[in-house]
Amino acid sequence: MNFLFELKEGLIISLKAIRANKVRSVLTTLGIIIGVTSVVLMSAAIKGIDQSFQEGVASLGSDNLYIDKWAWFNNDIPWWELRNRKNLKLKHFEKYKAAAKLPLAVAPTANAFRTIKYEEKSVQSIALTGTNHDYINVTNLTFSEGRFFSEFESNGGHSVIVLGSEIAKKLFPHGGGIGQFVKVGPAKFKVVGILEEQGSWVMGAWNPDNQVYFPIQNIYKYFQNEHWGSITIGVRAPNSQMVEAVKEEAIGIMRRVRGLKYDEKNDFSVNQQEGLLNNINESVGVIQIAGLLITSLALFVGAIGIMNIMFVSVKERTKEIGIRKAIGAKKRTILGQFISEAAIICLIGGMIGLGLAVVGSMIIGQFDFPVTVDADAVIIAVTISLITGVLSGFAPAYTASKLDPVDALRYE
Amino acid sequence: MNIINIEHIAKIYQVGSEEVHALADVSLKIDKNEYVAIMGPSGSGKSTLMNILGCLDTPTKGLYEFTGENVSQMNDNELASIRNRQIGFVFQTFNLLPRSDALHNVELPLIYAGISGAARREKAEAALENVGLSDRMRHKPNELSGGQRQRVAVARALVTDPAIILADEPTGNLDTKTGADIMSLFNDIHETGNTIILVTHEEYIAEHADRIIRLRDGLVEKDEYVSNRYIPNQKQPI
Repeated sequence: MNFLFELKEGLIISLKAIRANKVRSVLTTLGIIIGVTSVVLMSAAIKGIDQSFQEGVASLGSDNLYIDKWAWFNNDIPWWELRNRKNLKLKHFEKYKAAAKLPLAVAPTANAFRTIKYEEKSVQSIALTGTNHDYINVTNLTFSEGRFFSEFESNGGHSVIVLGSEIAKKLFPHGGGIGQFVKVGPAKFKVVGILEEQGSWVMGAWNPDNQVYFPIQNIYKYFQNEHWGSITIGVRAPNSQMVEAVKEEAIGIMRRVRGLKYDEKNDFSVNQQEGLLNNINESVGVIQIAGLLITSLALFVGAIGIMNIMFVSVKERTKEIGIRKAIGAKKRTILGQFISEAAIICLIGGMIGLGLAVVGSMIIGQFDFPVTVDADAVIIAVTISLITGVLSGFAPAYTASKLDPVDALRYE
Repeated sequence: MNIINIEHIAKIYQVGSEEVHALADVSLKIDKNEYVAIMGPSGSGKSTLMNILGCLDTPTKGLYEFTGENVSQMNDNELASIRNRQIGFVFQTFNLLPRSDALHNVELPLIYAGISGAARREKAEAALENVGLSDRMRHKPNELSGGQRQRVAVARALVTDPAIILADEPTGNLDTKTGADIMSLFNDIHETGNTIILVTHEEYIAEHADRIIRLRDGLVEKDEYVSNRYIPNQKQPI
């Protein structure tokens, strides 16, 4: 008797048995439905989180470098060493800018946190970014209204401001922000531009949507002593292939600018998104393992349920097994029959679970939480439900196959 | 050639520290187209003998040759294969699959024999027709009368064209009239050349056979041919 024939007949017999025991089959399926739904939803959620992390990182710009006193993502250098580095000043930026040949654009940034107000409305402790007109070339910022401040406004340190989309939404819910004056700390700024929605929730306060931009001189004039603060130099390479070259050049120039001897360590760091990516991949990895571990518990419970019910089913159908054996069913035939019964039940449950997960992800998607169910999820659902079925069906099926036909026939 | 050749078989069960000899020492030969009844009171070992004859069980000692093959040393799979192709069972309680219709019940041995598709269906339908149930093929056992259920069981036993039909109290759950019909059916089957082994404790049922083997305490008490065998005159099943 060939294998395919046995498989086909086994499947038909299993399907008949499942159909004959509808209530029990439905109850069994429930456990696996819940298990598969949670696993698929969880993996979809993790994928969604990962994706929005990646997007958040991408908003830093893949061609961008950030020269800073601090190493953003590097934990190898002890924090006190970083703290003891000399601050980066505008004069360092000027020297670097003059010497650098490779970058597409460079711009200094200095930050402070203050509340911004317009009439009665205010937004608390937002990131103020002081920079110059070149900043627009370092980033990919796009505008829904207005423009970035000009070279003239920048050089003159004018009181002009560009609002991130979230800030603009809160201060000017009905639009019409351009040309209005907003109050930041002691100073008044004229709104010249409003950004389009840019970023991702991942970046938090550093999301461009939650920031405002104005000429860097204003930072020192109103919010911070120039000697206490350190600036960041944003550098944009012409393309991704050039990033390494730009980085090498930047390190060389900055060592000269800072007057370092050949045996002294860098007293600045060149940061890039790769560092952040590594950090994020680590965290997502942890979330992934934890999430899948927890959801596989649900699946495990479902599998135990199936095993349980299959054991009951074997007991209940002892006589049937006896009859089948008496008229010539071999051990492996019975084994196959019960395993494929469990596998089919699980597969059906897996499909239903997948459907529920898709619906569930749509509902969750309504609440702005990133969830993605894709082709992978289908493969995951099918694979785990099949494996669960075979594994949980094996022990009961083995018990069934071992039954002695004489005893089984006598069983009432 | 003998279909069945049993030499000095014994079946010993271990019950606690005690050995129970269900069959002590039994030898017998059964030829093709014989109609044999095995009789005996309960505890005589007739069920044990039937299980061994039907290859559901193997003897503890002795030799069992079935159509020339030594089955006393066969493993479970080989025994299953013998049961499937060579032995047709008819039980007292019918032992049909309750949730499958008559046709599927009759098809089942053919499925395990690896016969597929149209050939299988044809054979099963023919077998049901032979027992007069061509209009009941799609009925499930609980939609059939006792006599009809036993006919389905007989059709299932015959469908693989086995070397022996092994009937264990086939009329035990039937009223006298229906029982007589079934016995008449067995008579027809016997007349078409089949070998029948009938296990019963009713004298008048045993008298349908042409040879009666009486067991007592695990031994053959008497093995004799019936001179005035009862032949049912009713040829056609109802």
